[in-house]
Amino acid sequence: MTLFTILLSALLVNNFVLVRFLGICPFMGVSKDVDSAIGMGLATTFVMVVAAAVTWLIQWFILEPLGLPFLQTLSFILVIAAMVQLVEMFLHKTSPALYRAMGIFLPLITTNCAILGFAIMGVQNSYSFIENVVFGLGAGLGFTLALVLMAGIREDLRFADIPKPLRGVGIAFIIAGLLSLAFGGFAGLV
Amino acid sequence: MSTTLVSLVSMGGLAAVFAFGLAVASKVFHVETDPRVDEIFEVLPGVNCGACGFAGCSAFAEGVATGEAPVNGCPVGGASVAKMVAAIMGVESDGPNRQVAQVLCKGGLAEAKQRGDYDGPRDCRIAHATQGGDKACSYGCLGYGSCVAACQFDAMYMDENGLPVVIEENCTACGKCVDACPRDIIMLVDEEQGVHIRCRSLLTGRFVRQVCSVGCIACQRCVKVCPTEAIYMQDNLARINYDKCTNCQACVEVCPMNTIEWQEGKGLLDKAAVS
Repeated sequence: MTLFTILLSALLVNNFVLVRFLGICPFMGVSKDVDSAIGMGLATTFVMVVAAAVTWLIQWFILEPLGLPFLQTLSFILVIAAMVQLVEMFLHKTSPALYRAMGIFLPLITTNCAILGFAIMGVQNSYSFIENVVFGLGAGLGFTLALVLMAGIREDLRFADIPKPLRGVGIAFIIAGLLSLAFGGFAGLV
Repeated sequence: MSTTLVSLVSMGGLAAVFAFGLAVASKVFHVETDPRVDEIFEVLPGVNCGACGFAGCSAFAEGVATGEAPVNGCPVGGASVAKMVAAIMGVESDGPNRQVAQVLCKGGLAEAKQRGDYDGPRDCRIAHATQGGDKACSYGCLGYGSCVAACQFDAMYMDENGLPVVIEENCTACGKCVDACPRDIIMLVDEEQGVHIRCRSLLTGRFVRQVCSVGCIACQRCVKVCPTEAIYMQDNLARINYDKCTNCQACVEVCPMNTIEWQEGKGLLDKAAVS
């Protein structure tokens, strides 16, 4: 596996949202307009990249040597929660508008299963440090891509004549399904 | 045993490292927020019930500070919290003055004539919609206390004369009593205003005298005596323009029916700039 294939795999072929179906909550919640979708995606990407580095160090320098792999979930969640706190403070300082736009979904990155999922997968795949970071970057960018695609479509949908029962979340789930099917086309690329 | 110890130490160590990092970060990325948000948050009940419509107490505090939420928006805290929040927001001082409800009728059981017995439900709106209550005046207070029942802030009570009384310190000007009154007797008025024409009757003087001993008989004396032309006559009722009234009380002295009332404890107002 070259770094490029790891990136491409996490970004498109095994996109965390549309192929692995992880992190659906923010995918639905913050995909109403493109700006906040980009913000949310980049915040998540940042958390993923940092978490990739830290979780790798914890896994191979603390958990494995001490024979504590069963503490993986606990310690990874600790890392993620701390990173999210950091991002939240950073955003509050630098971009109050984005901070408000993301609202409750910002602290909820903590419970975004895509992050914990990728961290555990990275360990399972026995990636090296660099590979793991690239894997995190790909996962984060893939999440951002899915969010922005969805937000773009939903922005256009505002002017579409949607049957009444499907308006809002209903049509959003149908579109998510179609997007997922489309991403199925990347299978076999890597 | 050793596994337990190692787990505890390693996880505790990790947690300590992160805690330290976050503590440093919270200093570095410290944001000067509206200090009122924290102050409001301090006085809220802190149960995060969401009954206010916001995502918890801190969101509500922020909403109040930005003006999205009313100061009395916390149903759990009630009047006491609303008062503290209002004090923090400086509702009394900034912008237009705080408003309080004024009851514009003096015709209680002693002053207003009865025209019969009313046995229906003791609710002003029902009485108004059916028989119009037991008082002869069709403009006055019905006396069944729907306004008092509507008040969520313990700011009103019915006195022994059958009239609602506003406790101005508790009044938040929420307007619930104004909405509850079927006869539009209650009005929100700037709290500094102390002169009130407490009558809503549009009857001519003769008929007012027949039903009430304190109603406006449209004699116009107050209109003539008012130095700032704050009082005018419309539809057989003296009305006061609070923008012009300076609390001079000239009208209070000349009113033959004692309809115009002066609230003790309110000072003269300088309205030179307004007129």
